[in-house]
Amino acid sequence: MIVAKQKPIEEIIEGVRDYEKILIAGCNECVTVCEAGGKKEVGILASALRMYFMNQGKNMKIDEVTLERQCDHEYLEELRKIIDRYDVVISLACGAGVQFMAEKYFRTRVLPGVDTCFMGVTEERGVWSERCQGCGKCILGETAGICPISRCAKRILNGPCGGSTKGKCEIDKELDCAWQLIIDRLNELGRLDDYEKIIPIKDWSTERAGGPRRVVREDLRL
Amino acid sequence: MNTNTPSKLEKILAAGHLAVTSECGPPRGSDGEFVTKKAKMIKDHVDAINVTDNQTSVTRLCSLAACIHLKLMGVEPVLQMVTRDRNRIALQSDILGAASFDIYNILCLSGDHQIFGDNPHGQNVFDLDSINLVQTVRFMRDEAKFLGGEDIQRPPKMFVGAAANPFADPFEIRVRRLAKKIAAGAEFIQTQCVYNVEKFESWMKMARDRGLHEKTYILAGVTPLKSAGMARYMKNRVPGMDVPDGIVKRMSGVPKEKQPEEGIKICVETIQRLREVEGVRGFHIMAIEWEEKVPEIVERSGLYPRPEVV
Amino acid sequence: MRIQYPENIKIIGVPCTGKVDVLHLLRAFEKGADGVYVVGCLEGDCRFNSGNLRARKRVEQAQHILESIGVGGERVQMYNLSSGEGPRFAEIAVEMTEKIRKMGPNPIKISKEKNGCMI
Repeated sequence: MIVAKQKPIEEIIEGVRDYEKILIAGCNECVTVCEAGGKKEVGILASALRMYFMNQGKNMKIDEVTLERQCDHEYLEELRKIIDRYDVVISLACGAGVQFMAEKYFRTRVLPGVDTCFMGVTEERGVWSERCQGCGKCILGETAGICPISRCAKRILNGPCGGSTKGKCEIDKELDCAWQLIIDRLNELGRLDDYEKIIPIKDWSTERAGGPRRVVREDLRL
Repeated sequence: MNTNTPSKLEKILAAGHLAVTSECGPPRGSDGEFVTKKAKMIKDHVDAINVTDNQTSVTRLCSLAACIHLKLMGVEPVLQMVTRDRNRIALQSDILGAASFDIYNILCLSGDHQIFGDNPHGQNVFDLDSINLVQTVRFMRDEAKFLGGEDIQRPPKMFVGAAANPFADPFEIRVRRLAKKIAAGAEFIQTQCVYNVEKFESWMKMARDRGLHEKTYILAGVTPLKSAGMARYMKNRVPGMDVPDGIVKRMSGVPKEKQPEEGIKICVETIQRLREVEGVRGFHIMAIEWEEKVPEIVERSGLYPRPEVV
Repeated sequence: MRIQYPENIKIIGVPCTGKVDVLHLLRAFEKGADGVYVVGCLEGDCRFNSGNLRARKRVEQAQHILESIGVGGERVQMYNLSSGEGPRFAEIAVEMTEKIRKMGPNPIKISKEKNGCMI
């Protein structure tokens, strides 16, 4: 899933201070699972903002809505009838959702209510961690199912570097060294000889470096 | 062994001499004399001088410019190059720049993470890793081509090195990793500083068992300890450093004013023991901000005078 | 056991404090409560293992939010006691009432009244 975290409420308040009619829009997908921008977080933010502005003696209209997804036209369309009632929308979706809303409702100011962090997993309740950077050319088959691009601080394809200590990364003692994990898993799989295969210089053109990316499936297009 | 480049370091190694290299870190400013002064102290006692590339991610005068200063004063530089700060365009370009000054040695590294330096909020590049950089230099030299495939006019003639850390984790792949660097094209290896001699010897044995010592020149790294405090710091704070308790005890067992001499003694003893280890082809003496002691270490280790090669 | 506790306190029963959400706490203040406290079982004694621990974390989260928006984080508190501690329950009620009295009324309530909004 895409993992996000809530922006500090002070930052959100600054962003909407000059408006009167605010819509807070959550998303039922990833940000609900990582508890940053689902229906519950929409409710909490709305309540906090209402109280803040009441306390300031300011009468604000603050409404709540949570869409099934903000990265799909059909769900975003649900806002078409009501969006003109608001001066600003705080979207608690990931960066993709915020942008898609802004693209669709060109005259409405859309502000992000979360900081989108990474593609990752729920390690345990309340802990999420990164697993993928969407490089566009997966090498997990060569690295025992552990991604050095997203999990090594230097995205080293032929690791580990000299900073690997007792299985941890030099930049953070809490952080597993991705190459230690790869080696451990190669060992488990009885494939440690694979470690000696040099991973060649990577073609980064399928990654961010190649510019904004698209996936087109002609067989699916109407 | 034949030589592949005009490198003096390569010639000395190929002739079967024990090589001696040292290093100097460029200044945090634009004073080129800082480099040449350090080099003057040690130039007659070493075969080549490594110049570090923004070590520990602290911004400094660039390695290439400092190497040029050395070259211009007649000293053989080893250009250290990290992949942290430059993409493959800049790396290849700097390699050509170095080659244009006839800098004949390069040490390929990934570089410390920027979080340790003076710009922890900066981007890191890591377009290539250290093994990929070894491949790149060898490709540019041997195929006379850029990574993009086009021909290079006057390709770089560089003796290509890599680092190895016999002590880092995980230990089980230390020799495999060395093999990987050699397979990528590393012609010489400079190791992490050796304090744990037994562990180093067992690593060398494993390397010999695979014949790796015949495929590359291994230079053992040594760093004289200045004080017991430094020994403890290296032991506890520097990732991938193995300082046995015995060394720390020995350093703290002498009065403070005698600790520097004890550190030199340990360094000399280490060199004398390691020069007997089969496959050790030289020494890389990293006297951190203590360059003036390098001549003494070289002399007391019986590595002086340095051989002449044509 | 007939123990007196301040009559300004309104008790809302929940099956377990683990059911109490941040949103419930915030809504209480939005509707004009001057203070809210959650009384859970003793830590380690939760019938559902961690309900009261979760409640504590949520109270802390609510404190953080109330502090950031100028209502005052101290207005919401968590207490733990066993069902046999009637006198302690009354003590806490008095303690909390005094604490909130010292802090004064919920500023939102005042602001609403001043601005003529309906509560």
